[in-house]
Amino acid sequence: MQPHTLFWMLLGLAAYGYYLGRKRALTVSGGEIRRLHSLPDYYGYYVALWCALPALAILSLWLLLDDKIILRWVLAELPPAYRNLPPDRLSLTVNVIANLLAGERQANTVDPALAEAAEHYRHLKQLGYHALTVLVFACATAALTWAHRRISPTLRARNRVETVVRIALVASSVLAILTTIGIVLSVLFEALRFFEMVSPLEFFFGLHWSPQIAIRADQVGASGSFGFIPLLTGTLLITAIAMAVAAPLGLLSAIYLSEFAKRRTRAIVKPILEVLAGVPTVVYGFFAALVVAPWLRDLGARLGLSISSESALAAGLVMGIMIIPFVSSLTDDALTAVPRSLREGAYGLGATQAETITGVLLPAALPGIVSGLLLAVSRAIGETMIVVMAAGMAAKLTLNPLESVTTITVQIVALLVGDQEFDSPKTLAAFALGLTLFVVTLALNLVALHVIRKYREQYE
Amino acid sequence: MNKTLETVQAGLARRRRRESRFRWYGRIAIFVSLAFLAMLIVSIVARGHKAFWQTEIAIDVFLDPEELTPPTREHLAKADLTGLIKQSLRQMFPEVRQRRRKRALYRLVSSAAPYQLRDYVLAHPDRIGQTVRLWVLAGADVDLYQKGYVDPETPESERRIKDYQIAWLRKLESEGRLVLRFNRGFFLNGDSREPEQAGIQVAFRGSLYMMVVTFALSFPLGIAAAIYLEEFAPRNNVWVDLIEININNLAAVPSIVFGLLGLAVFIGWFGLPRSTPLVGGLTLTLMTLPTVIIASRAALKAVPPSIRYAALGIGASRVQTVFHHVLPLAMPGMLTGAIIGMARALGETAPLLMIGMVAFIVDPPQSLLDPATALPVQIYLWADSPERGFVERTSAAIIVLLLFLGIMNLAAVLLRKRLERRW
Amino acid sequence: MNTVITERHTTPDLETDDHRTVGDYTLAEPRFTCRHVNVFYGDKQALFDINLDIGQREVIALIGPSGCGKSTFLRCLNRMNDIIEGCRVEGDIRLDDQDIYAKEMDPVLLRARVGMVFQKPNPFPKSIYDNVAYGPRIHGLAANRTELDEIVETSLKRAGLWKEVKDRLDHPATGLSGGQQQRLCIARTIAVNPEVVLMDEPCSALDPIATATIEQLIDELRSRYTIVIVTHSMQQAARVSQRTAYFHMGRLIEVGETTEIFTNPRHPLTEDYITGRFG
Repeated sequence: MQPHTLFWMLLGLAAYGYYLGRKRALTVSGGEIRRLHSLPDYYGYYVALWCALPALAILSLWLLLDDKIILRWVLAELPPAYRNLPPDRLSLTVNVIANLLAGERQANTVDPALAEAAEHYRHLKQLGYHALTVLVFACATAALTWAHRRISPTLRARNRVETVVRIALVASSVLAILTTIGIVLSVLFEALRFFEMVSPLEFFFGLHWSPQIAIRADQVGASGSFGFIPLLTGTLLITAIAMAVAAPLGLLSAIYLSEFAKRRTRAIVKPILEVLAGVPTVVYGFFAALVVAPWLRDLGARLGLSISSESALAAGLVMGIMIIPFVSSLTDDALTAVPRSLREGAYGLGATQAETITGVLLPAALPGIVSGLLLAVSRAIGETMIVVMAAGMAAKLTLNPLESVTTITVQIVALLVGDQEFDSPKTLAAFALGLTLFVVTLALNLVALHVIRKYREQYE
Repeated sequence: MNKTLETVQAGLARRRRRESRFRWYGRIAIFVSLAFLAMLIVSIVARGHKAFWQTEIAIDVFLDPEELTPPTREHLAKADLTGLIKQSLRQMFPEVRQRRRKRALYRLVSSAAPYQLRDYVLAHPDRIGQTVRLWVLAGADVDLYQKGYVDPETPESERRIKDYQIAWLRKLESEGRLVLRFNRGFFLNGDSREPEQAGIQVAFRGSLYMMVVTFALSFPLGIAAAIYLEEFAPRNNVWVDLIEININNLAAVPSIVFGLLGLAVFIGWFGLPRSTPLVGGLTLTLMTLPTVIIASRAALKAVPPSIRYAALGIGASRVQTVFHHVLPLAMPGMLTGAIIGMARALGETAPLLMIGMVAFIVDPPQSLLDPATALPVQIYLWADSPERGFVERTSAAIIVLLLFLGIMNLAAVLLRKRLERRW
Repeated sequence: MNTVITERHTTPDLETDDHRTVGDYTLAEPRFTCRHVNVFYGDKQALFDINLDIGQREVIALIGPSGCGKSTFLRCLNRMNDIIEGCRVEGDIRLDDQDIYAKEMDPVLLRARVGMVFQKPNPFPKSIYDNVAYGPRIHGLAANRTELDEIVETSLKRAGLWKEVKDRLDHPATGLSGGQQQRLCIARTIAVNPEVVLMDEPCSALDPIATATIEQLIDELRSRYTIVIVTHSMQQAARVSQRTAYFHMGRLIEVGETTEIFTNPRHPLTEDYITGRFG
């Protein structure tokens, strides 16, 4: 039986278990529900859960592992010529087998030993499914029967069921931690492998970035240069331009909307501004590459400046537009959190609105605003599509906004899109960049979130 | 009046001017931001709206029985359908003799024309032997010219469409053989190298499948996590704090990092196939989950404690209290949060690039495990294409994407308005 | 309980009666003259036809049950109601015979003349020095640092806080105790050298000892400033004020010498409130 059929059958069986459990609960209570510890439904759930959960665990464990185990058996039976291959060649062989299985290659085009192995694999897998079917059903039925037998008026079915529910709730929230661990591990492992090939010193302090060379020659790291500094300066340059656009515009619009504007104006303008945050970044990228960059280039030509058509300015400008609502909504939050009494105190002394804002509200809201700006910076650093589409690929070490620069995210995309091998330093470099990106943004986020938290507590 | 008052009065005009300057800064900032938004939308609509129409040309094709029988798919795949199209074009313009001119003539119609002919024959096998009028797609250059994208002032040598071709088009137009029709292909076709044949069907389905996966996973998981953190988790517990910090931080992690995670975990470790909506959906789930959790927690917080006390007071267990009383009240807020999270996921591109959803795919995916692209990725791919015809397609795809996002956000707002409870 | 009172006193129906304030609300040399003041929050009327004079260098207490409009009236006197959206003030309020709601009257100037101390101490999140110096700075009252130092010192001395804080003027004001914070706010207000100080329940957030200090301070300030104090504590009104005005449901019921009001109230509502039947 195919796994997904098995899955649905199992669910069906669990539903039947629910019915049986409920019925038995009613029977043992002799029709008087009050004699039962829990409502009859809970006995149903109790049986259904016993029926489904262990069997599902077996099913998913099997699906997770069967390919690996079967592959190992199959490889073990290959002729020695294949078995003794170095790991990278062996993985090629595995690929051939996989292609045979997927029907992308015909059996008569490859070594008959491999064709046989593929056949063997398919056979084992089929056999495995049969075994799995038997196992899952045996387990489900046994658990069902056992749980069904245990039903008595004193069985604390509700508590049992609620324990399972609680465990499920905890598991869902632990997923957040698992995601973080997953990110760290997945990026870290590959990055460490990269640092085995390229020294971290060269990576973090090198002034040249040209990973393309490394794939051509086999001498790893020696030829390709993986100096990360030009990417860093490029990223920081674009981020700085973006913040130079977003910080004043976002701050001033938030101040105007929260302090000066009438409620109606605010109710209309604020959601429209938020639209800027809802526009997908790929759209901004298109806008930057197609509208803003040519416009800037023409403008520069008229002023006698040579502006690259993939200038940092165009990408930074558009990224700044994207971040405006981000800055303004966080500023708005920070300003609203300032208690009314401070405002009144300043007005009561005869301060004008502008004086109240600059002299009292902004200083009071400063921690909130600063952390909002930090979050915005973190976002600008991690933003991908705008720079992929509008900034260049050339890793130039420059601070001139009119030239083309490249960023960390651009290089990650460039290194990973297209055909890739998991072992080349080129691919691994992307993970090293990813690790750097993650660590930098993590630091910014943690500082910002901490400050925001403290700030909120101060006025609560 | 005392001295203080005089001093204050003296400074008043200056302070009022500063005040009004300050107000103007704010107004200008808002105006500039809104102007950017307007520019963005106007430039995209201006470039894209014409893509919803497409030039078609009517040609009279002789359905040659020698070439077309038997009219089966297998046979027609081998038949020289292009030849029949070329022949009919030659008959319409018998004066064209030069080889280069002839090739220019053939380029009036799209390379999709033979397939259109095939579909016609398969649908009407009884017409074989007759000469029929067939509407076929015009070539990309013709389409661009007809929509007014080509500046007639440009010298002929710099134009892709030449003066003699324009003359042919005039003739076709006067015979009523050249029209602009609603572009169904844009919605029904997959990707193509030829702009006039490219459509968003694959991307649309890919996005749809991914949204289904993302919603099916992130909504229940997000709610469950929110319920735990808001209703059951002990306060001031190190582990719970850790989870909270994690969630808040994940909401701010760059999306491309989630792409790296998806690549390493789902493709590298679990061995799921690349470029598939399943992997895309899983990756987007991890990315959306924090948003859904945060929104759901806010919705749960908004339910007043009195409702919990009431339920607990009549002997409901905590689980029953939450599931019978709190959850239904918080549901609209949670749903709103989920929709907003979905909207963000729908517009996300970078993580999908990481997991290989950038392939050139012509056939719509039939399941979660078939390779597909997504709408934003399709936009990225087309934006990268050098062909001029793709600029229009890209903008049109953006319009479609923005429409979907607009609808989703509107739905979220309406839902919130409609179901908002006041206690 | 309430119904019993109503039967005994035949309390006037405030909704329909064309009521008059009991007692003489006029003064010979008033600082403020308020005539026919009505205040609306949106559609809701909060004050009904208030007439009241406020004299030079006196302490007048506004008392009444919560929601009676005493704070609203107080906020009319320096146009603090302006910043509340939907609030509308009708009638005539004059400060030294100048209409404070006239077009040419700048609320900034008005508030420099009529300072305000709030219910909850609200020091700015700055140093003690900067808190007191804030008003003089924005109004440009000090030509140089020495003058500013002088103003700060005098104000803190008048507010009776100088001794406690003179060694830590650069410390954050939020580190002071509640009573100290409130006195700092008073110092901050008088640093601008106002003519009138409005106090909106200045002691309601303080403990009895801090309250006593503030009350003593109010008594001292009387020699220089007109003080209008809103309080919910009748004892406080009796202790610090010369005149008392009793508000009820948006109306000014009775006004008169404080001793008179507390020993011999003329209006049944005032009597009920004074004797603690409600409030």
